[in-house]
Amino acid sequence: MVSEPIAEPLVAPTSRVPFDEPITDWRHRHLLDVDNLSKEEILRILSTASAMAEVLDRSVARTPALRGVTIFNLFYEASTRTRSSFELAGKILGADVINVSGSGSSVEKGESLVETLNTLSAVGADAVVMRHHASGAPWLAARTIQGHIINAGDGQHAHPTQALLDAYILLEEFGDLTGRKVVIVGDILHSRVARSNIWSLTTLGAKVTLVAPRPLIPASMAPGAGEPEHPLALPSVQVAADLDEAIVGADAVMALRIQNERLQGKLLPSSAEFARRYQLTAERVAMASPHAIVMHPGPMNEGVEIAVDVAHGPQSRIEAQVSAGLAVRMAILFLLIRGGA
Amino acid sequence: MNRILVYGGHVIDPASGIDERLDVLVVDGRIAEVGADLAAPEGADLLAASGLVVAPGFVDLHTHLREPGQEHKETIASGARAAARGGFTTICAMPNTEPALDSAAIIDGMLQRAQDVDCRVLPIGAVSKARAGKELTELSALRDAGAVAVSDDGDAVADTSLARRAFEYLADLDIPLAEHCEDPAIAQGGVMHDGAVSARLGLRGQPAAAELSIVQRDIALAEAAGAQFHACHISTEPSLQAIADARARGLHVTAEVTPHHLYLTHDVVAGSSDELLYDTNAKVNPPLRTDSDVQACIDALAGGVVDAVATDHAPHAAIDKQCEFDAAAFGISGLESAWGVVNSLVIAGRLTLSDAIERLTIGPVRAWNLDQGALIGLGTLQVGAPADLTLLSTDAVSRVQPASWASKGKNTPLDGHSLIGLVAATISQGRIVWDGREQ
Repeated sequence: MVSEPIAEPLVAPTSRVPFDEPITDWRHRHLLDVDNLSKEEILRILSTASAMAEVLDRSVARTPALRGVTIFNLFYEASTRTRSSFELAGKILGADVINVSGSGSSVEKGESLVETLNTLSAVGADAVVMRHHASGAPWLAARTIQGHIINAGDGQHAHPTQALLDAYILLEEFGDLTGRKVVIVGDILHSRVARSNIWSLTTLGAKVTLVAPRPLIPASMAPGAGEPEHPLALPSVQVAADLDEAIVGADAVMALRIQNERLQGKLLPSSAEFARRYQLTAERVAMASPHAIVMHPGPMNEGVEIAVDVAHGPQSRIEAQVSAGLAVRMAILFLLIRGGA
Repeated sequence: MNRILVYGGHVIDPASGIDERLDVLVVDGRIAEVGADLAAPEGADLLAASGLVVAPGFVDLHTHLREPGQEHKETIASGARAAARGGFTTICAMPNTEPALDSAAIIDGMLQRAQDVDCRVLPIGAVSKARAGKELTELSALRDAGAVAVSDDGDAVADTSLARRAFEYLADLDIPLAEHCEDPAIAQGGVMHDGAVSARLGLRGQPAAAELSIVQRDIALAEAAGAQFHACHISTEPSLQAIADARARGLHVTAEVTPHHLYLTHDVVAGSSDELLYDTNAKVNPPLRTDSDVQACIDALAGGVVDAVATDHAPHAAIDKQCEFDAAAFGISGLESAWGVVNSLVIAGRLTLSDAIERLTIGPVRAWNLDQGALIGLGTLQVGAPADLTLLSTDAVSRVQPASWASKGKNTPLDGHSLIGLVAATISQGRIVWDGREQ
């Protein structure tokens, strides 16, 4: 569990969050991504999460803030930490949480996403937490049904609660992210974690550097791509191919999971070749700032994108990320559902 | 005797250079006379065209009719009705039906069902059996059954050895290979253009290089074989440059662009930054590209590097689009908005009205050498030509309303857009098949 409150400017005490009163000033009905959240809104979520962390520290970690609320976890992809984290978050807040997965449901019988959502809506879902393999699926959901939609990861697009819990860890560590250098290394192209983090970290004032071999960077973002500024593009960030250079002076380094099938010769030569240039090793972490922290959204391929000793070393915040995820997801459920937008 | 007098309109016939206020007399399905103040023969139908442009009926080199096999998306009859409403009097039907148009017998059956519909339907045969890309079809039999070109459209002829043999064989048959220029090894299942918007949306991108790769390959193969390479729906600046270079060298390379690639960028997939759309109606192959690609397509059309505007009309049922972007079908229903898009470019000063009409009439006819036999004069208003005419407004503002379309395919990202120009009436083979003139 997260034990320490977030440093200034966040506020922590439970008294600041009256769990039994409706919230009138939260304008978002859904959490689809972090791209439309202001800095103040992100901080509001994180301070609420901090209050939730206090609840988690109680001897009986329960509060009836969402009693009478029905939440469906609709997961089309396998997930351990995100799904269980959302389930626990809902249950601690007193909601009824029902898990629906792609296998063992009518999805397997060929039911369309739209029909599945309409079914959940018809049985009274107040909120649907969804993970889906198709980028953009939660946007379709938000246009389809009345309930709150919480994106628990869509394709290669967005993973807002991961980005928020990462911001929670970083703020807990540094208090303020203005000017802080955050390096994200690995499979940027296929990563929803990277995309959402680019939004939230730049909104919070951090300097973001993406590091990856060319096949794992979106072509339009690669150095020298020559793409003109585009109003719909991701925020402008540094992109580098050389981790040894990019990591120098970093305040935080985030390694991304790389899937094994991407390391079998077509996209990249081999797992060893990738590790040689991009693995987060103790030697490389030593080139970062002395106070630098190491993060990973999990699940890890230890020995590929991150060395075992780094994953479990003193600078690692990987376990703390998982714990923070629970508090952040409690905060999200609470703000969206009690927010009344 | 069936006579129609179209009077009081502004006749534009790019093939003959006519561009003035004249009347057109149609007798028994042929153009009988074009002249000033023609007297109406007894019993003639009178079609008032004042304030309208009178042009040869449009010719579409690239239409997907879903019959046989997917009649819930479009039938030959509904597609032909949509064509008539869009000003098209001749449409070339792509072979990716179920079964594919890969044998003379299947083409025969299709042509029989197309006999009495609201426009002329010219079949395009498949290059490979079942469009599987493995074995060549009986190409001369397809041509003799009426195929005006061959294509595996929907997919490229990806196997280079098969493409080579197809070009060699076609060199003796005098019909083009109409290629869907997309190298699958490069496109790798991309669902939109590989660029800033795909990076934002986390959608798999299809790079411009996937198109250029096949364009360059086919230029080389067609040159070696002495055959015609027709590049379907070209969408990127580098491909247009390669085509321009090949044409400058005198190779028999022809090309088409679609209205949507002349008008829309990949931005419409995203919608706006405030509310991402993932608009499945903007999912099309080749994908909508960047603004500089759009500008290059317009310039190539105006400059004559591209022979024709072709719709790539690809109707789908609602359920094919009301789903996740990855799962949605590729394609835009385009017959009934084509004129509004092209004319809007004219209004914007990007090409002349006469050139716009040229690229919809005699341009495509010449590209595929269609004015032979009974079709002598196709795409023109010359005396004796088939009586295919369309009456166009060039200044009426029209809102795109697919719900009111004749096509079963309501799938268009232009839904709700305002375009300038509409099709007031259409005569196909001497028959008034569409009359939407204000009464």
